[in-house]
Amino acid sequence: MARARIAQPVRAPAGLRIRPVEAADLDQVIAIASDITGKKKTDYWYELFHRYGAGRSRQRLFLVAESGGEIQGFIIGEVRDWEFGSAPCGWVFGINVRPNARLAGIGTRLLEAICAGFRHAGVDTVRTLIARDNSLVLSFFRSQGMMASAVIPLEKDLG
Amino acid sequence: MRLQISTSLALYSVLEFAANPERAISAADIAAKYEVSTHHLAKVLRELVRAGILESTRGVGGGYRFAGNTRRLTLLDIIELFEDLGDGAGRSRQPGASTDVGSALGVVLTEIDEIAKATFRSVTVSTMLRLIERQRDTAAQIPHKRTRRG
Repeated sequence: MARARIAQPVRAPAGLRIRPVEAADLDQVIAIASDITGKKKTDYWYELFHRYGAGRSRQRLFLVAESGGEIQGFIIGEVRDWEFGSAPCGWVFGINVRPNARLAGIGTRLLEAICAGFRHAGVDTVRTLIARDNSLVLSFFRSQGMMASAVIPLEKDLG
Repeated sequence: MRLQISTSLALYSVLEFAANPERAISAADIAAKYEVSTHHLAKVLRELVRAGILESTRGVGGGYRFAGNTRRLTLLDIIELFEDLGDGAGRSRQPGASTDVGSALGVVLTEIDEIAKATFRSVTVSTMLRLIERQRDTAAQIPHKRTRRG
């Protein structure tokens, strides 16, 4: 189980930069998301781009990690005001990195960039919501210093 | 949540060894730091060696050394070597478990167990080492803040 002492290092793609998503990036963003989730949801991504893309609002952020014209990953989030009785805070509701580009710090760069955007928008807390069995993404956010929130999500089957 | 003593000793030990991966540390050194019996700790360390998390080194300066991958090894991996965090099966054998009240209570307790397991599964040794570092930094800043206020 624990024999491999060091994780195989992956070099970050040369010239990686984090920037707001552009319309021309969407096909690659959709490909990354559908590779991972198995669902293409093209309309959903165009709608998200319309609402969050290209720096339309300081409170809504849709960023991509790009190197040499190739999109390596993306992150989406927004500042929400006074929901659930809490002070305004940043919410990350989507993050993905190409599977073959992982372990190179791209997710960390994306999260740092969106957190800088949230700070710029005047908030000092970031939250996210992850399925309990999604160990990969849970571990990533934990590795970035995120802890259990004071907010507990609840749900009920309406069937 | 309360962990068994062996589990806590295993977690303390793994984090000590992982923080100094190139250094062999003796069981006596760890036992002295955490004020526990060397005999009890040695049994825990042997189990960690069997699991491939530690390796023992012989000779002068011998002891144990970390042999795992800090970015892959989770708290749950270590905990499950020493105790069963449960799938509720043990609880269903307790007196009253089959009553309406016992069954409803079981639902809540299972929910708590699942959250605890998901948390332990999501925290790697590497994440813990960073958390320890942050705690240390925070502790170091408190006297500084007090001095500034004073």
